[in-house]
Amino acid sequence: MSQTQTLPTRSYEMPREHYLNSSYGIRSWLLTTDHKRIALLYLVSVTFFFFVGGVFATMIRIHLLTPEGALVSPETYNKLFTMHGVAMIFFFLIPSIPAVLGNFLIPQMIGAKDVAFPRLNLLSWYIYIIGGCFALYSFSTGGLDTGWTFYTPLSSIYSNSAVTPAVLGIFINGFSSILTGLNFIVTIHTMRAPGMTWFRLPLFIWSHYATSLIMVLGTPVVAITLLLAGLERMLHLGFFNPAMGGDPILFQHLFWFYSHPAVYIMVLPAMGVVSEIIPTFARKPIFGYSFVAASSIAIAVIGFLVWAHHLFMTGMSAYSALAFSFLSYLVAIPSAVKVFNWTATLYKGSISWDAPMLYALGFIGLFTIGGLTGLFLACLGLDMHIHDTYFVIAHFHYIMVGGAVMGYIGGLHYWWPKISGKVYPEALSRFAAITLFLGFNLTFFPQFILGYLGMPRRYHSYPPEFQVLNVLSTAGASILALGYLLPMAYLTWSMRYGKVAGPNPWPATGLEWKTTSPPPTENFPVTPVVDWEPYDFPNRPDLGLTPGTLAPVPGDD
Amino acid sequence: MPEHSEHIVSPKIYFTIFIALVIGTSLTTWAAFQNFGPFNIVIALGIATAKATLVVLFFMHARYSVGRTRLVIVCAIFWLAIMLALTLADYQTRQPRMSRLVPPAVFYRV
Amino acid sequence: MHRTGELFGHFQTLEQQRESATFGMWVFLATEVLFFGGMFLTYTINRHAYFTAFGVGSNDLDITLGTTNTLVLILSSFTMAMAVWCAQTGKKKLVPLFLVLTLVLGCAFLGIKFVEYKQKFHHHLVPGRSFDISYHVNHPAPGDDPKEIAFEKEELAKALASDPDTNSHAQLYFSLYFAMTGLHALHMVVGAGLVMWLIGASLKGRFTPHYHTPVENIGLYWHFVDIVWIYLFPLFYLIDRHR
Repeated sequence: MSQTQTLPTRSYEMPREHYLNSSYGIRSWLLTTDHKRIALLYLVSVTFFFFVGGVFATMIRIHLLTPEGALVSPETYNKLFTMHGVAMIFFFLIPSIPAVLGNFLIPQMIGAKDVAFPRLNLLSWYIYIIGGCFALYSFSTGGLDTGWTFYTPLSSIYSNSAVTPAVLGIFINGFSSILTGLNFIVTIHTMRAPGMTWFRLPLFIWSHYATSLIMVLGTPVVAITLLLAGLERMLHLGFFNPAMGGDPILFQHLFWFYSHPAVYIMVLPAMGVVSEIIPTFARKPIFGYSFVAASSIAIAVIGFLVWAHHLFMTGMSAYSALAFSFLSYLVAIPSAVKVFNWTATLYKGSISWDAPMLYALGFIGLFTIGGLTGLFLACLGLDMHIHDTYFVIAHFHYIMVGGAVMGYIGGLHYWWPKISGKVYPEALSRFAAITLFLGFNLTFFPQFILGYLGMPRRYHSYPPEFQVLNVLSTAGASILALGYLLPMAYLTWSMRYGKVAGPNPWPATGLEWKTTSPPPTENFPVTPVVDWEPYDFPNRPDLGLTPGTLAPVPGDD
Repeated sequence: MPEHSEHIVSPKIYFTIFIALVIGTSLTTWAAFQNFGPFNIVIALGIATAKATLVVLFFMHARYSVGRTRLVIVCAIFWLAIMLALTLADYQTRQPRMSRLVPPAVFYRV
Repeated sequence: MHRTGELFGHFQTLEQQRESATFGMWVFLATEVLFFGGMFLTYTINRHAYFTAFGVGSNDLDITLGTTNTLVLILSSFTMAMAVWCAQTGKKKLVPLFLVLTLVLGCAFLGIKFVEYKQKFHHHLVPGRSFDISYHVNHPAPGDDPKEIAFEKEELAKALASDPDTNSHAQLYFSLYFAMTGLHALHMVVGAGLVMWLIGASLKGRFTPHYHTPVENIGLYWHFVDIVWIYLFPLFYLIDRHR
């Protein structure tokens, strides 16, 4: 039942004019208001920050090869993990899927010519770049050693590193995120093509709507929090300084009010990507469309009710901790709804094992492990034991790397024919997906064990009995690095040398596949009218699927 | 689609609201000088909320607005309420009551 | 991005463009609610913990100037609403007039705020090394009412008896005062800049009953900033005034 060959056998020609060749020159890129070009600007810049964060990660893993630390001094080690976190979270993960894939696809998926505010869209990229420059300035002039969480009073009084520019950079970068979210919400509300009703929207749109909700309502809180912390550092005000009557736990409340939902900013769009990939490569309508859509919104809302589980060990109220523990368990429900629905979609599907599908399946597995270990941490009693250990590190890397990054790279593969008009090498892409999956597990699974054995996070050295697991983790990291470098290389290569993809190579049902690849600047020559239901493979003769390649229609059994 | 669907509020209503806001301001200032015990803050915030509601409903036309605008208003208030309520829930139930945080005896100031 | 008259090419109709822009402004204001919300939360926690010191701090604010400023801002909101009405009904000549009034009132607000800040500076109430809550009562200015000063001195002594760290907690109050009113003032400055731009555009007669989205949206922003002040006023000026 498994086929592998779905990439086009027919030969296509590139469309004569598309968004990539409609105008030339550096100005046409830096002053563009085309959402697709802005997406590519973001693609280049987030990839740069991924590299920056990746370099820090590499150094961390090399350092931890030996119990006493192989590479750097303890102070430098503090800076390495902090800068790894800041670069990866604020400048790679949060903008990655929304600003790259979301920007590129949302207007196309709903049949619009552009996002509602194209100039704000460009502005958001410039704000991101300015924020990024501040962060790089901080990294290169003294570094940053507070942990990515900037806990006070360490960040406001004691740290000697370049905290101020970093805080300023993240503050500025927040506005980029807010503008992106605002643009998406308005676009989804007011720019839909005729016939594109709310329940005909692709699930990618639903998950981005939920993400935008968090961006718009959460980001301002972290902005004001970091502003207050910055003021405290610069002007010696005492909002979070116990010596002056302030309360450091308040900082943590405010910080996590955004930063916990921020995890859902990373993973919700990835869930959207997976919800697109699974039906396409199972040739089946998604199981329980409305539940998957509603669970995105539910994750966004419940995600705002759980933040204080990061504070269990700080001396917060025990009663309040109980409530937050309970609320944290609730997030598991919509997350599980998604996982079960994806699995049910696969059931009796006509599955093909293309690279995007491998990433999506990898996502389901890794996200499930990451999510379930999250329940360990939400449990008050267990959290006492594993709080601030490598168990936490492994848990959130399963969510952020195993979840969000797998989704991002899977999505890049899935829409690469649309973005570039070209097809990447198939065998190599499948090899890369498997490498990534294996490398990831080898890197982070040992960290679960390390954490459970009691190795604390953020330490530059460890007892010798932990060395075997640490070496395994470092070995895995080098495989993981290969898994990242390969797609970067062959995707870039394919832009020039790949086969021409044609408008709908998989084939898939979304509106974005109805236009040419790459699309023209205005996306659709004529505004499309939508008269079909989402993911309705059996009733889409226009896709050219033969009965043999289509999943059997479930009988009345 | 009609070229113009917005509701136009008459200057009379604007002026009435303006007068109501002035009265509210005077009332809240007056109330602050009376001793209502713990209710002073309740009254002050009650009047402020009433004033803000008038501004939102009439000056900002929320009373005549479409559903999605109302959704935004409700969301903003709801999320603000989440933040305030869940954080205050922690502070209200702490044991022992940490009304005053004692600074550490030694500062490792670098 | 091509453009026909006031209609940008990616929209189908002016109506769609207007709805998108207005909705976008509302979403932005929701962001602003949470932005100020973080500060209001910080305020609430600290006021709850240090009520006495906050009362002492509040009584050091000038209630006459504060109330005047509230009225000035409310009036400016009214003139802004009128400017929107004039644009909606096509009274092209009146739009710039009401906008200028709004701008003048906005600047008056900022002027009064400046006077207040200056006063706090003279009374050593700006957080920092020289912050001293008892400075003013010990060094009254020539024009001050001696009865008032004596009263404040007594209040302060009472506060110090119940909370020996009143100075540092009152400093927290003033940190919040400057941070929150400062952020509000910054929003006023931005608003004033936007209104100036509107005045220029309205003098060119750009706003008609068919197209006046900028007036409407900047109006929304202006009213929002007014609402923030409606809360800041009782929270900062009206604590523990009865005595």
